[in-house]
Amino acid sequence: MYLTTTYMGLKLKNPLVPSACGPLSRDLGKIRAMEDAGASAIVMYSLFEEEILHESKELDYYLTHGTESFAEALTYYHGNYEFRDPEIYLQYLSDAKQAVDIPVIGSLNGISVGGWVDWAKKMEQTGVDALELNVYYIPTDPDLSGVEVEQMYLDVLKAVKQSVKIPVAIKLGPYFSSMANMAKRLAKAGADGLVLYNRFYQPDLDIEQLEVVPNLVLSTQQEMRLPMRWIAILYGRVDCSMAATSGIHTAEDVLKMLMAGADVTMVCSALLKHGVGRISEIIKGMLQWMEIHEYESVNQMKGSMSQKACAQPAAFERANYMKALRSYV
Amino acid sequence: MKRRKVTIDGNEAAAYVAYRTNEVIAIYPITPSSPMGEWADAWASEGVKNIWGTVPVVQEMQSEGGAAGAVHGALQTGALTTTFTASQGLLLMVPNMFKIAGELTPTVFHISARTVATHALSIFGDHSDVMAARTTGWAMLASNSVQEVMDFALIAEAATLEARVPFVHFFDGFRTSHEVMKIEELTEDDIRSMIDDEMVFAHRSRALSPEHPVLRGSAQNPDVFFQARETCNPFYTACPGIVQKAMDKFASLVGRQYRLFDYFGASDAERVIVVMGSGAETVQETVEFLAKKGEKVGMLKVRLFRPFSVADFIKGLPASVKAIAALDRTKEPGTIGEPLYQDVVTALSESLSEGSLLMGQMPRVIGGRFGLSSKEFTPAMVVRVFAELKKPQPKNHFTIGIVDDVTHTSLDYDRNFSIEPSTVLRGLFYGLGADGTVSANKNSIKIIGEETDNYAQGYFVYDSKKSGSITVSHLRFGPDPIHSTYLIDSANFVACHQFVFLERYDMLKYAIPGATFLLNSPYGQEDVWDHLPVEAQRQIIEKKLKFYVVDAVKVAKETGMGGRINTIMQTCFFAVAGVLSREEAIAQIKNSIKKTYGSKGDAVVQKNYEAVDKTLANLFEVKVPSVAASQLRMHPPVPEEAPEFVHRVTALIIASQGDDLPVSAMPCDGTFPTGTAQWERRNIALEIPEWDPDVCIQCAKCAMVCPHATIRVKVYDSRDLVGAPASFKSTDYKGPEFPGMKLTYQVAPEDCTGCGLCVYVCPAKNKKEVRLKAINMVPQPAIREREAQNYQFFLNLPEYDRRLVRVGTIKGSQVLQPLFEYSGACSGCGETPYLKLISQMFGDRMLVANATGCSSIYGGNLPTTPYAQDKQGRGPAWSNSLFEDNAEFGLGFRLTIDKQTEQASELLKKLSPAIGENLVKEILGCPQKDEAEIYQQRQRVREVKSRLEKIASPEAKNLLSLADFLVKKSVWIVGGDGWAYDIGYGGLDHVLAAGRNVNILVLDTEVYSNTGGQASKSTPRAAVAKFAAGGKGTPKKDLGLHAMSYGSVYVAQVAMGSSDLQTVKAFAEAEAYDGPSLIIAYSHCIAHGINMTAAMDNQKAAVNSGHWSLYRYNPELVREGKNPLQLDYKKPKIKIEEYAYMETRYKMLTKSNPEAAKHLIDLAQKDADERWRLYEQLAAMDYSHIPGAVKSS
Repeated sequence: MYLTTTYMGLKLKNPLVPSACGPLSRDLGKIRAMEDAGASAIVMYSLFEEEILHESKELDYYLTHGTESFAEALTYYHGNYEFRDPEIYLQYLSDAKQAVDIPVIGSLNGISVGGWVDWAKKMEQTGVDALELNVYYIPTDPDLSGVEVEQMYLDVLKAVKQSVKIPVAIKLGPYFSSMANMAKRLAKAGADGLVLYNRFYQPDLDIEQLEVVPNLVLSTQQEMRLPMRWIAILYGRVDCSMAATSGIHTAEDVLKMLMAGADVTMVCSALLKHGVGRISEIIKGMLQWMEIHEYESVNQMKGSMSQKACAQPAAFERANYMKALRSYV
Repeated sequence: MKRRKVTIDGNEAAAYVAYRTNEVIAIYPITPSSPMGEWADAWASEGVKNIWGTVPVVQEMQSEGGAAGAVHGALQTGALTTTFTASQGLLLMVPNMFKIAGELTPTVFHISARTVATHALSIFGDHSDVMAARTTGWAMLASNSVQEVMDFALIAEAATLEARVPFVHFFDGFRTSHEVMKIEELTEDDIRSMIDDEMVFAHRSRALSPEHPVLRGSAQNPDVFFQARETCNPFYTACPGIVQKAMDKFASLVGRQYRLFDYFGASDAERVIVVMGSGAETVQETVEFLAKKGEKVGMLKVRLFRPFSVADFIKGLPASVKAIAALDRTKEPGTIGEPLYQDVVTALSESLSEGSLLMGQMPRVIGGRFGLSSKEFTPAMVVRVFAELKKPQPKNHFTIGIVDDVTHTSLDYDRNFSIEPSTVLRGLFYGLGADGTVSANKNSIKIIGEETDNYAQGYFVYDSKKSGSITVSHLRFGPDPIHSTYLIDSANFVACHQFVFLERYDMLKYAIPGATFLLNSPYGQEDVWDHLPVEAQRQIIEKKLKFYVVDAVKVAKETGMGGRINTIMQTCFFAVAGVLSREEAIAQIKNSIKKTYGSKGDAVVQKNYEAVDKTLANLFEVKVPSVAASQLRMHPPVPEEAPEFVHRVTALIIASQGDDLPVSAMPCDGTFPTGTAQWERRNIALEIPEWDPDVCIQCAKCAMVCPHATIRVKVYDSRDLVGAPASFKSTDYKGPEFPGMKLTYQVAPEDCTGCGLCVYVCPAKNKKEVRLKAINMVPQPAIREREAQNYQFFLNLPEYDRRLVRVGTIKGSQVLQPLFEYSGACSGCGETPYLKLISQMFGDRMLVANATGCSSIYGGNLPTTPYAQDKQGRGPAWSNSLFEDNAEFGLGFRLTIDKQTEQASELLKKLSPAIGENLVKEILGCPQKDEAEIYQQRQRVREVKSRLEKIASPEAKNLLSLADFLVKKSVWIVGGDGWAYDIGYGGLDHVLAAGRNVNILVLDTEVYSNTGGQASKSTPRAAVAKFAAGGKGTPKKDLGLHAMSYGSVYVAQVAMGSSDLQTVKAFAEAEAYDGPSLIIAYSHCIAHGINMTAAMDNQKAAVNSGHWSLYRYNPELVREGKNPLQLDYKKPKIKIEEYAYMETRYKMLTKSNPEAAKHLIDLAQKDADERWRLYEQLAAMDYSHIPGAVKSS
């Protein structure tokens, strides 16, 4: 049985790729452990341009705050301080690449076209095999139209594509008026892969303390339905690879995603919950399932249950929702 | 050889050479020498090598005494060793200096000469410290300028190796140590060529070694000590020649020729000034000015003061000299004359009697004092001294620069006299500490100094406040070397970086006619004029000033610069000052931004670029009207109702006119009234808190944490509200403590610093809009006047009766009047809330012994003091002795109190029949355990005193002078961790062991905050600090555990932000404990690089992570069979890094060296885990089997 798959032109030994989220990729030992457990590639934790800008400004502020005010304490730290965050991050990417034999995918979250391009180039120079643009954007401005938001995604992608030679995937949220159209335009703009979907953390309200609090919860299997539906819809309609992410916890989940049309499946919460050994368990489960069900390869099942290929294409459309709703009444 | 031109200050110049010519460097912080040690530490952590290709060892010590000991040891074992210090620090080194010289050991100590504390401490410059060390047998070489500091540092290092006489290389604190000057940097080759390796090997060969053992440091008896002491004479005889040889060699290498005594002026001079230090530069400049005009004047710069070469001195003087003034920058009361004067007289007199005096007859010699504590020394004063020398009977032992109307020593002088050449651009910049003015100016000096052929000089004057402080930058640029070592008082460029300064400082009086005035103004070029005080308008018109405005705050806001307007104002300066073309200036500024901020990240560079680009579009020239018709006037420095002393003295100091005060205005023994901060009303907050009584839950936490006592609580009767201003807020008291009473939380709008701590800790939230609390920050200007009236009314409300208050509670303590108020501590200071609290709880019977440091500066630096008095005139009595001796100093208070109380009690008993037996019995039997008993005792003592007045016996008179001791006194020994953990630890330990009833409060900021954040033994592992640039590798000392080991000391560790109630309880218990008490108080600090507004969160996290333990150890509990240690915190629930990375001091290491950061934070976690494990076990120990007391004394 062949588990091999191709994602953005990268030949992978199986479709299991630990995703960018989560702290696992911050530790070289864990990266090696994921490789040993069977991961076919790894997406590194994201470089957040905004965070770097913020941290450098914040440090500059605190290192100069209160200085040159009082004759005895003209400074509080010696001036020869260097902000090495960017350098440290890039060095780490390079170290990660050296540490494993599987492809390493750099992940980037920029805030300006210039920033995206600069960082993409620097990341490419570390030797990573591909880039994932992690576009995390909540358009809160009522004056910003959907057209403008979409254009921003396209501009960033085009700019990055022009500046690097390695494959580039774009990781998206689901909130587009016309997902299929957006996917098509992104593919046309050069995306080598679409990563569906980014999970946006939703804040909670603490009604005792009267505070808005961040609420970080691991994904549940339910959440895989949304990317699965869209991968199934988009399969065969967009000219690029597709990675499924969110809610993939078991071998069955991976199989479903592949059948919907994904080239790879990305796991995070499952690894955080069960440890990196989960990768080998999933692979084992896949092999067992494939053996029982007499599947020869991943490629055989890829897209086999996409909207185009399945017997009930309408099930992926609005009617399905109506039906489901009625079934509860 | 082409040498680099650099613009650096004197400290860096000295450290540059010292670092490269030594192998071991022992350091300890003291202003103004600390930066030398900081440079050495930073270079070592960066791996910079000395001239032998190795990185010197840099070791911080616990005191200057310790540094001297370490130096002595390192020298004895053969390392080339140095240290840096000043003032009291040098005095602590004196015992070792005698030894080092006695053992003929080569070394150079680099000293930024600073005033020794006498009637007052002063951080500024004079020679009282080095002169106090002149009997140690060290050579003394004086540098007068930044260039000379670098040159003489090397000459001294070279000479000492050959001479075997150790050298004090000194230069004036601040004036030279902190003056930024364009100089020529010596190359490594220069340094290499000056240092003779054979001498280094010789030094090593004399070292102690078991391979060729010797004994050095013997004890000698009367039979041989004297002879042995005289053996060093040949070395001292040879020393001046060796120094001159080094100077000559230096000249052949570098081109600058120095002599032991350098003469400048007319070759036929009849009047000569002899002087050393930075003042010599001003004398030289003036002499050259006068000599050009044909005056027969000259000056002799003393380079090598010890060993004093009489022959070279006489040779240095022109034969024509008839009168000499020897100027000393020091004072030795009771002496015939100050040291240089005495040497000059002796040298001349000896030469005369030996017949070697070239001038044939003895010139007239007068001595004068100048420049104490960096007092200005100007050409006007030099001219006046020369004028005095012309007189047939010149005044001897004069002073210059002050008005001495008591003993009439002073020479008056023409304050308008100036010799500043027109070729020099002289800029004065008034900025706020926080706005970046000084750093911008330092940057401008670098640009002009290093990118043009101009010479550049910068000197910066800071005020003594740590929040809202004003800075005045004095910048000179010109085509010739600058010798003007005095402040600018005739400026052709004046910049005011804060609009509000115009109402407080008359800066335009320094502008010369036709000068340029640049103002950062919220008003544009059309309407700014009407917002100027009339005093400013008049001078702009009369002096025909070119007037420019820029709204730098707006540009800063638009470009993400926050409150820092440095880059913007710097751009404006270059745009209007004309030193460079605008285009070139902007290119250079940007270049400099890249250099300065490149390592801080691209975001920082970009925002500065943007600020530069947006500035010029916002810079406008103002068309000056012909009439000054403003209704606005400059504000008086203190309000009319201030007392006489405050008007006569304090007000002038506040208004920067302290230089005008005569000797008679100053107290003769350093004694000042307390309660003066209330008159300063600095108005520095942009926003202040406003109380919402409807939301308030009356917890008093806001008042508790307020570092400046500017949010206050009063509980009062509703009848007291009669006459209240309409806007005065009052509400019913809700709790059971004060039934039926009214309550007000009131902000002091003109004293609040706007730190926001109170709002942050307020737990009450507005139900309709949760971002609002029971107090909320609002813009100050709009409510300033209204709230000032309300505050005045509030202050006049009666204070609640202390007898009815539960002092040991939050609500109770906060109702009491703070007797520590409006300090100049940093906005949001973590120390002052504790001091305010003890002043509320015990202030009316409290004495404070305060170690030197932050708390002594905001506590006792003129012009005002935050220590206040209640309506009865009682309040904390405060004093500062030294840094190192504070525990002993405070113990001395206690010894007096104990003795005098005992003596008063004895007399009371003796006089009992006359006074009344019942009254005496009551007094002697009163335990004074609470406020009510103390109140009653005061009443009784009052009665005793009135009865004693009527008894005409010597014993009655004696008792009358001691009777106040019968009321319980509370001794508080206060200081920071630098004192308690390091320099004062030996004394503190002794005082704890002595068993007397003193309360020691350690305001633990975990660094030397006052001197700029150097590591102490309290600095936690993994934190970055100066002297621990790579992160501190060793754990924090557990001072509390040391104290607990006595078993007889009350010990508490508190953190107000974690548990305010535990803090109050600890303070009450410590004070009640009849023995030594030690409270270690977590004090967040600006040096931690934290959001000061949210700092109580840091305190909380410090405790929750187990970094900071909360406990109380009360030996009294042992008597009850209980464990004395009570833990007031729970098992750590967050990781150390979760706390630590809230703070820049830890976090910055993750940005520059993540591996080291990870290693150290892991160790810090282990420290915390182990600490918890230990304390948990200690607190669980069973004491039920231990009977009886353990209390000492």
